[in-house]
Amino acid sequence: MSILVVADHHNADLVAATANTVAAAQKIGGDIHVLVAGEACQAAAEAAAKLEGVAKVLVADHAAYNHQLAENLAPLVADLAKAYSHVLAPATTNGKNLMPRVAALLDVAQISEIISVESADTFKRPIYAGSAIATVQSSDAVKVLTVRATGFDAVAATGNAAIEAVAQDAQDAGLSSFVGEEIAKSDRPELTAARVVISGGRGLGSAENFAKLDPLADKLGAAIGASRAAVDAGFVPNDMQVGQTGKIVAPELYIAFGISGAIQHLAGMKDSKVIVAVNKDEEAPIFQVADYGLVADLFEVLPQLEQQI
Amino acid sequence: MKVLVAVKRVVDYNVKVRVKADQSDVDLTNVKMAMNPFCEIAVEEAVRLKEKGVATEIVVVSIGPKKSEEQMRTAMALGADRGILIETDEALDSLAVAKLLNKVVADEQPGLVLLGKQSIDTDNNQTGQMLSALAGMSLGTYASEVAIEGEQLNLVREIDGGLQKLQLKLPAVVTVDLRLNEPRYARLPDIMKAKKKPLEVKTPADYGVDTASKVTTLKVEPPAERQAGIKVASVEELVDKLKNEAKVI
Ligand SMILES: Cc1cc2nc3c(=O)[nH]c(=O)nc-3n(C[C@H](O)[C@H](O)[C@H](O)COP(=O)(O)OP(=O)(O)OC[C@H]3O[C@@H](n4cnc5c(N)ncnc54)[C@H](O)[C@@H]3O)c2cc1C
Repeated sequence: MSILVVADHHNADLVAATANTVAAAQKIGGDIHVLVAGEACQAAAEAAAKLEGVAKVLVADHAAYNHQLAENLAPLVADLAKAYSHVLAPATTNGKNLMPRVAALLDVAQISEIISVESADTFKRPIYAGSAIATVQSSDAVKVLTVRATGFDAVAATGNAAIEAVAQDAQDAGLSSFVGEEIAKSDRPELTAARVVISGGRGLGSAENFAKLDPLADKLGAAIGASRAAVDAGFVPNDMQVGQTGKIVAPELYIAFGISGAIQHLAGMKDSKVIVAVNKDEEAPIFQVADYGLVADLFEVLPQLEQQI
Repeated sequence: MKVLVAVKRVVDYNVKVRVKADQSDVDLTNVKMAMNPFCEIAVEEAVRLKEKGVATEIVVVSIGPKKSEEQMRTAMALGADRGILIETDEALDSLAVAKLLNKVVADEQPGLVLLGKQSIDTDNNQTGQMLSALAGMSLGTYASEVAIEGEQLNLVREIDGGLQKLQLKLPAVVTVDLRLNEPRYARLPDIMKAKKKPLEVKTPADYGVDTASKVTTLKVEPPAERQAGIKVASVEELVDKLKNEAKVI
């Protein structure tokens, strides 16, 4: 068996979930190659080469692969895939955008967001916002999977794999082009990789009030997340949404302020090790998953907590 | 420009879904069904494009059981002009659905296909991407803004780091995210009128598509339950527990 992991990266660096995806590949077992396709992506390739368990890094460096546009990248991955038994990518927005297009080109199914590897052809994945876990078996010649990072501990960066350029005739399909992006800049740890996550919901009431989470987050070195209601109301940008249709997090400590605990939110955080909920409604469903619940006004709790920690 | 919108009948998002005792599947007997919330957003966007004079006709397509007609009638009440139901009682995988949609695309030649980014039952997030590959069309996933200018579609997408702007060549496949728009409710007179709109019923066999899946579900289990926690009475107690019991700070 041989496995191709499609790295998610920003040319200059590797997205952390790639290391969790390599861990999933190790569970399947076999030779693991990582594809880094981008433009001027040598640094990302070098980071991939350090991932433990990787035998080889393939680099496809071409303007057509910049920004990982699926129309340009899918033909490359589908072509390479023929030499592999499995093709994996992290279930990031890039991976989720690309992999179904790869699978369709190969005329195989794609299995989304696996959380465990039972055997080389059998995987577990959450369905219905995590209300159920399905065990699925694939008889496709090439298994195309996306991997939920929280299901697998990242491999260490202690390896030293060979880096090789892929022979390719890269082409811009001419279907879509990159215009620009607004990437949130923050000194905080990345939401999906943080040890502590502090999240705010509608209960925060406004963008100004939402900033009241900052001092506590600073003190704990935490990332800040949000419920959909807080994003929809414009308190914070979309990249902070935690949940079924946002980011999936599983930090050691998750503190929810003013979040009711809808199933769609729980789907994104209920695998956190320790959950704390602060909510003034003692009936709020978030308390059903919280290890420590505090029925109180969050605006009174926040300054006290910051002081006492 | 003709706009094709795909909609799916799924469990209502408020339903607490449970697993059957024999672990063969989730139990959907007598639960409330509805249009997938992301499909509602796709329908709304199509209607807005029609109101702007960009879309000339909206065709709604669904693949699923007979009762999917309910959701298709809702789409028609909101503004879709006609419907195509590809009736099947089997739960098809995304590839089969994409192949069927690709046949509809070949027949209808839409300038734009709108779909939800995922359905809240299988949570697959695949169909639009697969369709774009099969149809050789441009792809814009997770749309939070759509604007059409001539032969181009200007798109804002929700991505992990924030927002990305792309320009897509039409015809395009666009999958929609939560913040693209806020769907309206259907008005009663429109619901009545929708009953008279044309709805064609087909089967997968009519399109000659092999819908057999290579993926089988062996088992469906409930997720691991979290141990019930405790309520603390004060911030002091919370800090003490986090430091000395959970040892996470
Ligand atoms: C298709 C679909 C996808 C979705 N995806 C997601 C998703 O990915 N992530 C997500 O989060 N949601 C998602 N949702 C939305 C979800 O159903 C809920 O609507 C949302 O999570 C509610 O956010 P909230 O808890 O902040 O708001 P609310 O439910 O309004 O809860 C606010 C809470 O704040 C408490 N509160 C108010 N003031 C205070 C105060 N001063 N002190 C303490 N407590 C206070 C209230 O008691 C209440 O419990 C999705 C919904 C749909 C239909």
